[in-house]
Amino acid sequence: MTDGESPGGARSGADGAARPASPEALAAALRATGYLADDGLATVAWLALAMRRPLFLEGEPGTGKTALAEALAEALGAELVRLQCYEGIDASQALYDWDFPRQVLHLRAVEATRRPDEQVDVAAVEQSLFDERFLLARPVLQALRSDNAVLLVDEVDRADDEFEAFLLEVLSTHAVTIPELGTIRAANPPMVVLTSNRTREVHDALKRRCLYHWVEHPGLAREIEILRTRLPQVPQRLAEQVASVVMRMREGGNGRGALEAPLLKPPGVAESLDWARALMELGRRELDVETAANTLGAVCKYREDADRVRDSLDRLLAG
Amino acid sequence: MQANLSTATPGATGGLEVTLTGFARALRSAGVPVTQDRTQSFLRAVAEVGADHQAGVYWAGRATLCAEPDHFPLYDKVFEAWFRGEVPRLVRSRANPPNRATPGMVEAPGGSTEGGPVQPDVVRVRASDADVLRHRDVADLTPAERAALAQLFALIRPRPPLRRSARRRPARRGSLDARATLREELRRGGEPGRLRYRRPGRRPRRVVLLIDVSGSMSSYADALLRLAHVWVRSAPLGTEVFTVGTRLTRITRALRARDPDDALKAAGEQVPDWSGGTRLGDVLGAFLDRWGQRGVARGAVVVIFSDGWERGDPAVLAAQMARLHRLAHRVVWVNPHRGKAGYRPVQGGIAAALPYCDDLLAGHSLATFAELVEVVGSA
Repeated sequence: MTDGESPGGARSGADGAARPASPEALAAALRATGYLADDGLATVAWLALAMRRPLFLEGEPGTGKTALAEALAEALGAELVRLQCYEGIDASQALYDWDFPRQVLHLRAVEATRRPDEQVDVAAVEQSLFDERFLLARPVLQALRSDNAVLLVDEVDRADDEFEAFLLEVLSTHAVTIPELGTIRAANPPMVVLTSNRTREVHDALKRRCLYHWVEHPGLAREIEILRTRLPQVPQRLAEQVASVVMRMREGGNGRGALEAPLLKPPGVAESLDWARALMELGRRELDVETAANTLGAVCKYREDADRVRDSLDRLLAG
Repeated sequence: MQANLSTATPGATGGLEVTLTGFARALRSAGVPVTQDRTQSFLRAVAEVGADHQAGVYWAGRATLCAEPDHFPLYDKVFEAWFRGEVPRLVRSRANPPNRATPGMVEAPGGSTEGGPVQPDVVRVRASDADVLRHRDVADLTPAERAALAQLFALIRPRPPLRRSARRRPARRGSLDARATLREELRRGGEPGRLRYRRPGRRPRRVVLLIDVSGSMSSYADALLRLAHVWVRSAPLGTEVFTVGTRLTRITRALRARDPDDALKAAGEQVPDWSGGTRLGDVLGAFLDRWGQRGVARGAVVVIFSDGWERGDPAVLAAQMARLHRLAHRVVWVNPHRGKAGYRPVQGGIAAALPYCDDLLAGHSLATFAELVEVVGSA
């Protein structure tokens, strides 16, 4: 820490937003919002903030990629702008669109209020059509215009190659050209977080532009900590049991687990939180075989998985 | 040169930059695709995080130089060798994300030292095992290799053969769709909008697989059933699978299970005549009587997996094949021995059937299965 800054405190960047001074400071700020990040994730996220590069998070579903973007927005005091990608999304859905019906109504209004002998300046009327109020700003444009924003591009692997090329362009230049209005440049480029479930390989050109991180399932101690932080009313014993059972379910199929074959969808942190919450609702303070069998729907979302787990429940719960 | 980060002073940027660039180059020769702009980002990242912070440098490199989880083990190895440091083992870096078969994964065995003491350990790259496995004959594999091959089956993606349908679909060009254009105009309040077109759609054709499970084909039976399972999973309602031997058995329903091992077990229980004889002509006749007339084979693409060793009368086989050829859209014969050198289809059964087949393909290895899938998909 150089002198002139408070150790562990925030440093104001050129954009005026409070940026944490070190990865440890960022981890502490995230912890304050309830998100426990490990050192690697905190370092990479801090680097993304410092270098003003997008952050590309890949990992299994349920490992907390989207949650990180939300926690970052809260920790930095920024607005979270969310763009959910889907198959077939194009630039007009992501960037902007003109509100055509309103423009048509405006034209009709001008026509209706015109006096019969009045000369109409065609150019002026056309110009008034492309006014700010007819512009529908979609997430990317909203993020570019905002002072302090975190842009979350969720599940970018569901979009296609053309959309990736468009994203790449926007991320490199932080500017958007609207033919009728001109170029809109971002005064404070937003922090961009891209998430992917790896159902498709994202093109390397986009990945090269970003800082890459693979988000793993947390370890046993970390998962217990997450459970206790997010759900403070869960007793220690229950949290430990839930975390260790979920860990064993994830390890299935590698010889030393209780399950012979791996599950189709290993449960993530979201599932263990749901399970703990379900057990709390039922008023249980400990996990036994019967309760686990009844509440299995919170953890296993596939029928084959549920059957496999139910068969090995006693081994999974054992010590 | 093995560099010790803690002794690299921040002021001596020249030496540090050379070290880091050398690390990036070592990583590239280990097989991770590191380009020039990635190296530049790496240098910038290390400048931000501070070069004296070893864990920081590790994460900075991992974020800028690696593009996939498959690169992480290589990165760890080269990092340990280059910086002689502890790789932060906070998370287990898995070689593969689970439930995804990745063939052709580059393996890097322990490196060999090159030249003088100042040269770094160069980690060598060798041809991937999976690629070689794809071209091996299935009958020659050991059980361990067979298990490895079973993973690779998931990569075969059959697409159904298509035919024109009578129904019209919205399209970018074709004949004008008056109704849709008018509706679009109404939506815009009477203002003319885009013209909408439509053209004939495409529907999938049915695919029928007839698998010979007699004694001479027993070494291929497992692989063929796995292929059939992948096919059924890709189009559950548009694919039918039968086994032929001395009897005809329909195993489509058993193969609809999601897990390949469950599917194979269920199919195995249903079939009574494993490794028996072949009465291909009679069984084919039974198939056409019971299923062909009902329309399963009509207009379909029929694939027969057999070596053609026929116990019965070749004339019967020829007659039934003629019937099948008239009924089906395309008949493909897959013979495991076709790929072997010096094979000529002169044996009685296959010689009788050959005039009525549109294609005679090899079917002994994963690569030939992939080709077969392509041929059927474009039939």
